[in-house]
Parts: sequence; structure tokens; C-alpha cells
Amino acid sequence: MNILVCVKRVPQTGGRIVLTADRQAIDTRFLGATISPHEECGVEEAVRIVEKEGGSSAVLTLGAAESEEQLRDAMAIGIERAILLETQGGEWDPVSTAGAIAETIEAQEAANGRFDLIFFGNEAADTGDYQVGVRVAVALGRPVINGIKEIWFRDDRRAAFARREAPDGGWETYELPLPAVLGVKEGLNLPRYPSVPGRLRAKKKDVERIALGSSPSGALGLGVGEDAAYEASAVPGPTKLRLRLPAEERTAAEVLGRGPEAAPAVVDLLERIGVLAK
Amino acid sequence: MSGSVLVFVEHAGGEPERLSLEALTLGRALASKLDAKLDAVLFGSGTEGVAAMLGSFGVGLAHVAVDPRLDDYAPAAWGAAIRTAVAARSPVAVVVAGSERGNEVLAHVAAREGLPMAANVIDITPGDSWRLVRQRWAGSLLEDAALDAPVRLLSVAPHAVAVDPAATSEAGAPPVISRFEPELEPADLVARVVGREARTSSGVSLSDAKVVVGGGRGVGSAAGFERLEELATLLGGAVGGSRVVTSLGWRPHADQIGQTGLRIAPDLYIACGISGAIQHIVGCKAAKRILAINTDPESPIMAVADYAVIGDLSTIVPAITAEILRRHPTA
Amino acid sequence: MPSKPAYMAGLPDKARVVVIGAGIVGNSMAWHLARLGWRDIVLLEKGTLPSPGGSTGHASNFIFLTDHSKEMTAFTLDSVRQYEELGVFTMTGGIEVARTPERMQELTRRITSSKSWGIEPAELISSTRVKELVPFINQDIVLGGVYWPKVGVVDSLEAGTLMRKKAQELGALTIGTGVEVTGIDTQDGRVTGVRTDHGDIATDTVVIACGVWSPRIAEMAGASIPLTPAVHQMIDIGPVAIFENVPVAVGYPIIRDVDTNMYERQHGNEFEVGSYAHRTILMDPDDIPSIAESALSPTMLPFTQDDFDPQLEDALELFPDVMGDEKAGVKLAINGLLSLTPDGNPIIGETPEVKGLWSAAAIWIKEAPGIARCVAEWMTDGEPEIDPHGSDIARFYDHHRTAKHIAARTTEGYNKTYGIVHPMEQWASNRGVRLSPFYAREQALGAEFFEAAGWERPYWYGSNAPLLAEYGDRVMPRAAEWESRWWSPIINAEHLAMRDRAGMVDLSAFVIFDVIGPGAAAYLERLCVNKVDVAVGKTVYTPMLNGAAGILADLTIMRLAHDRFRVVTGGGMGMRDKKIFMDALPPDGSAQLFDATNSFTTIGLWGPRARDILAGVTSDDVSHASFPFLTSKAVDVNGVRTLASRISYVGELGWEIYVPIEQGLRVWEALWDSGAPHGMVPVGIGTYAVTARLEKGYRAHGNELELDFNLVDAGMARPTVKDADFVGKAAYLKQREAPPVAVMCTLTLDDPTSKSGVKRYILGREPILSRAGGALTDAHGRRSYVTSAGSGPSVGKHLLMSYLPPSEAVVGNQLLVEYLGEQYPVMVAVAGATPLFDPENLRIRS
Repeated sequence: MNILVCVKRVPQTGGRIVLTADRQAIDTRFLGATISPHEECGVEEAVRIVEKEGGSSAVLTLGAAESEEQLRDAMAIGIERAILLETQGGEWDPVSTAGAIAETIEAQEAANGRFDLIFFGNEAADTGDYQVGVRVAVALGRPVINGIKEIWFRDDRRAAFARREAPDGGWETYELPLPAVLGVKEGLNLPRYPSVPGRLRAKKKDVERIALGSSPSGALGLGVGEDAAYEASAVPGPTKLRLRLPAEERTAAEVLGRGPEAAPAVVDLLERIGVLAK
Repeated sequence: MSGSVLVFVEHAGGEPERLSLEALTLGRALASKLDAKLDAVLFGSGTEGVAAMLGSFGVGLAHVAVDPRLDDYAPAAWGAAIRTAVAARSPVAVVVAGSERGNEVLAHVAAREGLPMAANVIDITPGDSWRLVRQRWAGSLLEDAALDAPVRLLSVAPHAVAVDPAATSEAGAPPVISRFEPELEPADLVARVVGREARTSSGVSLSDAKVVVGGGRGVGSAAGFERLEELATLLGGAVGGSRVVTSLGWRPHADQIGQTGLRIAPDLYIACGISGAIQHIVGCKAAKRILAINTDPESPIMAVADYAVIGDLSTIVPAITAEILRRHPTA
Repeated sequence: MPSKPAYMAGLPDKARVVVIGAGIVGNSMAWHLARLGWRDIVLLEKGTLPSPGGSTGHASNFIFLTDHSKEMTAFTLDSVRQYEELGVFTMTGGIEVARTPERMQELTRRITSSKSWGIEPAELISSTRVKELVPFINQDIVLGGVYWPKVGVVDSLEAGTLMRKKAQELGALTIGTGVEVTGIDTQDGRVTGVRTDHGDIATDTVVIACGVWSPRIAEMAGASIPLTPAVHQMIDIGPVAIFENVPVAVGYPIIRDVDTNMYERQHGNEFEVGSYAHRTILMDPDDIPSIAESALSPTMLPFTQDDFDPQLEDALELFPDVMGDEKAGVKLAINGLLSLTPDGNPIIGETPEVKGLWSAAAIWIKEAPGIARCVAEWMTDGEPEIDPHGSDIARFYDHHRTAKHIAARTTEGYNKTYGIVHPMEQWASNRGVRLSPFYAREQALGAEFFEAAGWERPYWYGSNAPLLAEYGDRVMPRAAEWESRWWSPIINAEHLAMRDRAGMVDLSAFVIFDVIGPGAAAYLERLCVNKVDVAVGKTVYTPMLNGAAGILADLTIMRLAHDRFRVVTGGGMGMRDKKIFMDALPPDGSAQLFDATNSFTTIGLWGPRARDILAGVTSDDVSHASFPFLTSKAVDVNGVRTLASRISYVGELGWEIYVPIEQGLRVWEALWDSGAPHGMVPVGIGTYAVTARLEKGYRAHGNELELDFNLVDAGMARPTVKDADFVGKAAYLKQREAPPVAVMCTLTLDDPTSKSGVKRYILGREPILSRAGGALTDAHGRRSYVTSAGSGPSVGKHLLMSYLPPSEAVVGNQLLVEYLGEQYPVMVAVAGATPLFDPENLRIRS
């Protein structure tokens, strides 16, 4: 299996978010960066599949130069090669992002052969656009399913099975002929931590850099191959104007008590709000 | 009247999904601002009964796809069906629930139509250029955005809009049903469900439960969750956990509440030993009430909790269970 | 505005003392204050307990006991004792490994220090033994190591919890968490209260135990705590396969790979790696994120991988089977914040700016409970058991408090955390801060400048190199590199030339206070052991004591007029001494203190020809009859009115000449010209502070004179005690009644030839051992160690000073000194204060 994982560098938030003065971004001075959590699972899954099935793995991201760090993180746990679509900073909207990635994949496949599977995160942790993977799949004319928490292969290795949670809490299984695109979700696996040798190997590996224009708009249309499913040229957007923090909903919690002695007060509450019958 | 707003309504068991009702609520507000009609699009079996209920949400016209290939979920095919309705009706906007399916189907519509899409919107101001407010970071951050396109594709952030049946004269009457045949291509049906498994654990699902008992690192171990299970069972609720407990393997990943897991909106969320990292809070803050049980009265969970018990959950939770059983011996 | 939920109320509106910060330091402070009888203690913490978000929460928590500093080792030993009592100390053993021969030598020196401070056992081990103790180490790159069996790890959070609990059990402590201090009120230079977001607390005593935030809190009161937050990188990897079956939490000694500035330790199936090797990354306290904004905690910042990668390579080389475990992942990697100070020492004590405002900052886990005990004792009665002078916040000069100085010295110092630091090693950064009026002349004379209190002081003069030929082997040349470092035989040549002819010494680093007013005599009398209320024109040398008659300082005082005195003390502790004087000023204003340090420069002129030289530039009578020893008077030199004081720290006839600083150069040049025909040479501090002093057996503060020794031990008890009361008098009188517990001795190093045939010269702080090689311990449990060491060119011996138990303090007694792993014979040459050179002090009085 030849697998490509598309990842996004996102700030490692944990506390209250602080914005930059121009309100265009999160202030990341004191935040680390990480691969968006769903995609971390995609990276892990690609490594596991290649360990088991053979083949090759690659990781791709679109972002500013520092996104190289996340590519090396992916290589540290075993991804073989990395591609950086290097922007000059700022955010790219999902339409433009998908267009640039689709074009790159076509060029990569023309040079190195087909990716049997391409993983995206179900949605990016930061922007939560829920669409880049689908757009790329559509551009490439490949089947795609999101929300994937388990992957295995048909015996002939010409199709993948992918499982996701159904709205009713059960599971639904999809069968996708390869090549295919999967939007994966946390829970797919428990990503490993990079080992020290992995970390040092990754540091020495090359990253293939592809410089993108200074602005996403008009730099790249949605690249369309001959076998693409449609031929429309895409309208970019939405356009970010500014970010803001939601009004803080700090409430003074009513303390029902301390320790086990508070149990009657809790049960009084459960009865009062109708969770328990009186 | 100028144009229409088309809302995609998901349904199950003959009832519209709650998130779709949220989408309808926002769709109706948008239609009202635009002086536009509110249309719905639905498909799958049992659709017409559901469509009939939508009048109370202000839907005048329900587009119902007639095609058994849409009975089970197939995102590209569902997207194609919506595109057929869009082609027929030329709505100014398509609004869907910000559910897994809603976002996925709308992404297919967007990709195929070459249109931008805004996910997890909570407010819309139409105008020459439309202004949106949408969630980032699962709602920890808001984005003011502009969206300009011939058809605006929008999903509505879960639990950000209160479901509000229309109370005005325009509402109430069942909508007119307009059946249509979707234009499906073979490629649209490649990715489709080939197997289903029912939920393995018995009891109520985490997303539907009226009471959720959540556990964090403070629970201490996988075994520690037994106390939470006992309480949840007594209350007819479900048990969930923070990211750390699913990462530690104390709970299955499907039980994760938070940004990368489930977002829940129960009547009561009992947060046990959960400090309240922002990633967790975005998953539970839609609960009507939050009761936090924590040793630390200054932990961040207290900032969103309505009620608190200070102390060690390993003694407090069994005490609550015992007190319930004392008062309700048959529970 | 109080804005927090009601359940957080309950803070009192007044307190006896408010401790800010509940890390290991604040918790220890609360406990020790409670233990010493303080009540109504309020401990405020902005974060949550037990791990509020400061450096304690991410500390590696291991403790190596030995430091070359006596003070720091004492704090550490006391801390370990306290941790053991709390049941939170686990002895694991520790190994410092050497990759280089230089490090092997340094390890022998560390063993030496451990013997001096009473830490045993310490075992120099081979690489094979290292491998036995740590089977997963790469023996091939290790030359050997020191095994410290008493090294251990502590649970510092649990220790804090227990200490809070103990204080609460005494009914002494109220704890407020989630409380942010928003201000500290002062009035007339005293603390009056603490403002918080939960309301205000009236108090006259505040302890700042806020670690990296301390500067910000101190600033609220107008005080300064010159530390900077800095990054220390740590990673944790696991699960390591070869640790899976280790039966206990910590089954292997903690490793310090000191040559790479790293440490490694196994805990459970994980391996922690920390580094002091990466570039120094400083932070402004104001830039530390808030608790709410922090992803992990405010002091656990995002890891900067690139800074750590070289260290990973080093660790992989030393521990290939652990670091190279492909299945072991990097589970945690942080840039942890810790506090760095310009001189590397903690910052403790009452701030000079604000009475009642105490600092307990820049303290590591290993020394925290010990320092807290010290500060609590200090706050209680001013009599800490361990002398804290090296950590005293009052030691800083203004230039030390500047951002530039802090950044420069902490940047330079960080990578020396595990460095081989020579006892005389000079800082390279931010030099040239304080320059004497003669600086350009000294430069021209090829002076080798050492720094003191920011002053550039010639330690010796390159221009004196021709003297080497004159004195030949009498300059006691040194063959070994270690003791030749930061040293020159020219020092000894200058010494001999001064003793033969004359020398001129730049003493600009002196700290000078003029004490003025009708109450000046009474005020000084109360502070000093010796009688100060003397005739105008007399010069007095006197120690100062604390209430327990521990030695605080020694200095000279000149009576200039009935209501005017000039106090002169050393630069090193000058600002600390100033605080002692300031604190004691009479509230009625009858005595005032003016810091004249920057108004006067001082030139020392000594040697048999000194009188001739001075007479050559003045018409004033400088004869012995009119200008006897221990007097001072105005002397006009080439049109400059100076104050000359006939006193000597070098054992020669001569004067300290105080000159208005802007006229200093003029006097220097006049003396220079006058001295030339007499063969006068410029003499550096190497002679002034070491060789000449040692030959005369003069005790120096910080070496022989510390709080834990007294005047009887030091041989400085005079036959009578003055009638007037003075601080420490009662305790001092008691000390005089008992026989001495230790006797200050001068010893000679008679045959310093090492096993390899090289003559070695002891540098100081080494243990003095019995002839059988055993440690000498006095009745108070104090080890005998070398307090000062240096050449005695005029007596032809290398000299050592040490306190010895009275039974050993017998002239002619043969003992041993241990130095860099070998033992050398020494002999007691003087027991007590009699000078080895010119015992009758004929020269001084000539």
C-alpha cells in the first residue's frame, strides 16, 4: 500500500485562547504546535499499514515554513517522505487549500506512482472546515468517506473497508475500491510517541518543498485532471474577517457541599431538576 | 418574497434529527431576514411523514427525493440529490446540520458545484456580501467571515442554536411535498454502507442520554469507572470521559467527550474528576446543567459548572448512589 | 474587587505574615514560621494545589548533596534531613560520570568538597564499576565516575502538602488558592498590606516565594529581586523495554553526564533526560503566560526541539539501549522555566528597599526546606543557624539589578551548571562596569583584572614580570595547570617587592559609609564589638556580631570628628553590611549614614619605604611619632586633601589613603613618581587579599569569619570586653567563659609533591585530615577544612588556614590535606592569631 497522509499544523492549545492584536490569528508565542489530532491518527495508521502490508508512506502539509516541524514529527514515527507546500504565512481557505493539494497529488502520482490511500483528518482542529478531504477526492475522482475509526483491506487488496460510528451509536462499514480517500478520526488508533532514534532519523531526512504563491486567491484554481468528476472552476471562500473569543460564561458554581456528606444535597438537586422522580 | 433557503433535514425513526431542527431554526431566521421561502430537502424511507412535521418549523415546501438508493447513507449520492434540488429551486442558501453527515454531504455539494462552504455557522447576516459567524476550535473561538457565492452552503454548529418551532401564523400547516428524482451517477454510489452493527453496549447512547456521567483523570483507573457506571445506570444515563481517559485506555475512544470526540447536550452532565481543559469543555458545555465533583474548587470546570461538590469522587459518587437507592429503593 | 465565588472567601483581613506562593519554598516557609511560633500566617497561591503551576510542578526532584559552596551544601543537607523526616525522600544513589581526564580531576575535587562538608561516602569508581551499577551505560565513552550513595529523589509536591498540613495542625495557617496578589502596600518604607483579587490583607511582613514571578511581585512594593526565568529542557521517554522488570520505582542511580551538561534518570519504565547544555533561553517574568492561557502550566512551555537535538545525540551515545529503544517514545518534552540569578546563588532575606518584605526566591528543590528554615529563623530573631550571606538579597549593587547584567551573567552561567568552574574563575560578560580613576594607568601596566563588586581590580601587573628574575624560585612557580589557572607567579614577586621596598594597591572596591550626627558614636558602639567611641583621629578594627555572637562582618572605623565616623568595609559584602547599618539607625535621626563609596577612591601604600614615598609628596608630618599606627588624619598630596589611615592588611608600614574620586588619578601619579626612586611597584589584589594576608594570619569574612564560628574560635577575642552593650555581647561573654571548640590555625604545606612528582598547591576548601587520613570534627560537629590557602613567599611555604579541634591545634602537629584525590602532609605552624610573618608586628609599627 502506498499511502499519503495530509496533515495540518495547529497550535497546541490547552488553556484560554489569546488572540493577536490584529485578531487575525491565535497568539502562539507560548503555544507549541502539533499535528491536528485526527491526522495524528492518520499518520499512525499509515505507518502501521505500511509496516504490515509493505508499500510506502508520505506526509504532506500546506503551510508556512515552520510546518516542516510537523512533517518531521510524522517522519519521526515512521513516515518515509515529506512534502511541504510552503505558503508565505497566513491562512488559506479550504477551496484554495484543496486545489493546491489536489494538484500536488497529481504531480506526485505522475512522478512516483499512485497513492492507494490518502488520509485527511476528519476536520482540522483549528478551522474545522470539514471539506478539504472531500474536495480533493472529488477533484481526483476518488471515493471518500469521513469519520473513519477502523481500516482494513479486502483479501485482493483492491479495496479497503472502513468503519465509522453511525448516528445511532452503532457502526457502519464502507467498502471503497482503491485508490480512495479517507477522512480519519481520533480513536482510529492510539498514536505512538516518536522514539529518539526516529526523531534523529527524521531530522536528517529531506523535505520536498514546493513554494506556493503569496496569496491563495487566484494562485491555484481547483486543479482538474482529465478524469475529474466535474469541470467547474471553484469560487474560493469563506473569507476570514477577524477572530473573536466567545463571551465567557463564567458562572459561580453553587457548592452543594464537601465530601460524601453532600450526597443528600445532590439527590435533592436530581429530584428538583427532574432527573429523578421525587 | 425573493428566492428560498433550502434546509437539508436528516431524520431517523420517523423523527427529524435534533441537529436538523437546529438547522431549520437558523434557516428560518435567515429566510425571514431575506424575506425568502423556507424549503426542506429530505430523502430516505419514511420521509414523507417527517416532511409533514416540518410545517411547524416554517417549511412551506419539502423536496422529497424518490430513490431507494438514498435509503441508506451514501454521502456523494446524498450530495447529488441535494444538487438536484438546488438545480431545480436555485436557493440563495443551503443549510444543513453540523452533524458528521451534514458536513460531509454538504462538502460533496460544495466540491461538485465549485462553491465555497462554511461549516459550523452560528449566525448569518445576509447583505451584498454575507457576513457569518462560525465556530473554530469547536466553539472555543469564533470567526467573523464573509461568504460570497451564487449559492451559500452553510452547516449549523451543533447545539449553538436553540430549537424553536415557529409560533407565528406562517407556520403550522404541513408543507407542500414536491417529489423529485435525483440525478445520480455511478460514482456517487461507490462509497456506501455495506454493513451495519448495532451498538454493542446496552443502554442509552452517549449522544442521546439525558444524563451523562463523565470521568476524567481524577477517576484514577479503568476500574474506577465502575462507580460512574453505577450512578449512570441509576439515572438512566450514559458514561463518557475526557480525552485523557480514552488516551489512557480507561474508556473506549467512542466515549470521548470533547473537541475531537462527541459533543453532547444532555439535561445534566456530572463531571467527575475532570479538571476542565478547554478541549473537554467545548464538548459538554451545551449541557443544560453541569454538576462538577472535584477536589479542587478552582479547577477550570468550575467556571462552567452550575453546581459543585468539593472532594474526592471515589467517596462522593458511591455516597450519591447510596442516597438514591435509599430514597428510591426500586430504582 | 473581590470577584471570586463565595466559597473562596474566608481569607482574613489581617495577618501576622503573608507568604506569597505555594511551591516548595512557600510551603516550607509556612511550616517553619509556624514551627517557630508564628501564628496568623496566610499562604496565598494564584494557582491550585498541590501543583500550582510554578517550577516545583515540573522539577526533576533529584538531589545530589555536594556543592563546592559550603553554604549551598549546608542548605541541601538540611533539606534532605527534612525531606527524610517527612518521609518523601527515596535514596537511589547517584553517579557523576566523566568522559574526559579534566572531568576525572574535577570529580576528585568534588569528593574533596564532600569531605570538607561532611558528606560521606563518596567513591571514585572505574568505568567498569559504573557499568556494574548502570548496566545500560556505554562504558566505552566513560573514564570513570563518582558514586554518591546518598543521592535521592523527593516528592516535592507531597512535601509541600505535608508541611502545609503540619502548619495547619498548629492552627497557624490559612491557605488561599486561586488568589492573585494585585499589590503590596507600603508606608514609610515598610510593608503595610497585601492586595488581592479576594480582598486586602493588612500585614507588616510578606514573604515572596513566587519563583519565576518573584521580580514582578517585588516590584509591586518597589523592591527588586534580580532573577530571570530561564528555560531548562527536559524530556521523558518510555516505555523502555529494559526497564520493564525493574522491581522498584527507581532501581538505578541517577546519572549526571556532567561533560555534556545533562542528567538522566530511570523511573518506572521511563527515562528522564534533562539538559543544561542548550543555548540559554531567558524570559521576562511579565511574558510568562497566565495559568488560564497555559497549555500545560505557565512554567511548562512548548518544547523547542532544535535546541535539544544535539543533547539527544549525546544521551543516545551514553545510553544506546535506552535512548535507542525504537519502541520507547518521547512522552513528554518541555521547556521548563526555572529561576537564574546573576551569580547563581539564591536570593533570600529582607529586601534592602522595603522593611518587612522578604525574598525567598531562586531556590531549587534540593535546598528549599533548608533555606526556608534559615529564612524563618532569620525573620524570627535574626539568628539563622546556617550563614546565608552568599544568598543574601542585600548583596546586590544597583548595577547587579539591571536587566543587562542579569541577562549577561545568567546567559554565561547557565551552561556552567555542571561545568568545571575554577574557584578563581572570572566572569567574561558585562565587565568593565566600575572603573577606578587609575584604570587607564593600570591597563597600561598590563594589569590582569579580576572583578569585585563590579570593580575592575588588578590582580597582578604584567609590568612586574621582570621581578620574576629578581626573585627566582622565591616566587614559588606552579607546574600544574589547575592551580596555575587564574594565577601568576608575578603575584608572589609583587609580594616580595612590597615587603622589600614598597607597593601601591588600588583599593577602589572598598565600601565607605560616613556616619554623622550627635548619636553617631552611641549608634556605632551598639553595633561593634570593639570600642568605637575613641579619640578623634583613631582608627578601630572591629568585628560585628549577630545576637547569637556569630560573626557577621569585620571592618574598620575612623573617628573623623566628635560626631563623624568613616566606616570602611570590603566590596564583596558591602551592600549587605550597609543594610545591617541602615537597619540599626536610631529612629530619632540622631545618626545618619551616607554611602560615600562612590565619592572616594582608596590607594594602599605599604612597605618599608612607604613613609619615604608619602613624605615625598606631602609637607605634612608622617613620622611615626606624629602619625602612629591605628590613627588617621588629613594629608595633602600634591594639592589634594586626602585622608590617610595608618593601618595594614598586608603587615607592612603604610597607609590607606582616601581621595575624592575625581582627584584620585592626581594622587596616584604623585605617589607613582615619588615611589619610583624607591623601587615601589604596583601591587595587585593577589598579594593584598591572599599572600600578604595569609602570612599575617588575618581572617577574612566569608573564609574564616562566618556566622557559624565565633571570636573565640577565630582567636579574635581580646583580653577585655568593653563596658558598653553591643549586639551579641551576652552570647559573646558566654563563649569566652568556655574553652574554644575550635582553634583557627595557620598550617604549612611542607611537601606538596604528588605521586606523579609534580608540586601541587592547595587552593582552599579542602578537608584537613588526621595523620591516619580520617576527618577532623570538632565538638560542634564541624569539619576541619581549609578556609583560605595561598603562597607565603616571604616564609617560603604554601600556607593554609583552618579551624582545628583544640587537641589538634598544636604547633608542630602533623596532619594531612586532601587535594584532587591525593593527600599531602601539612603542619600546624600557628595555633591562634599570631602572624607567621613578623610575629611581633614590628614592620607595621615601625
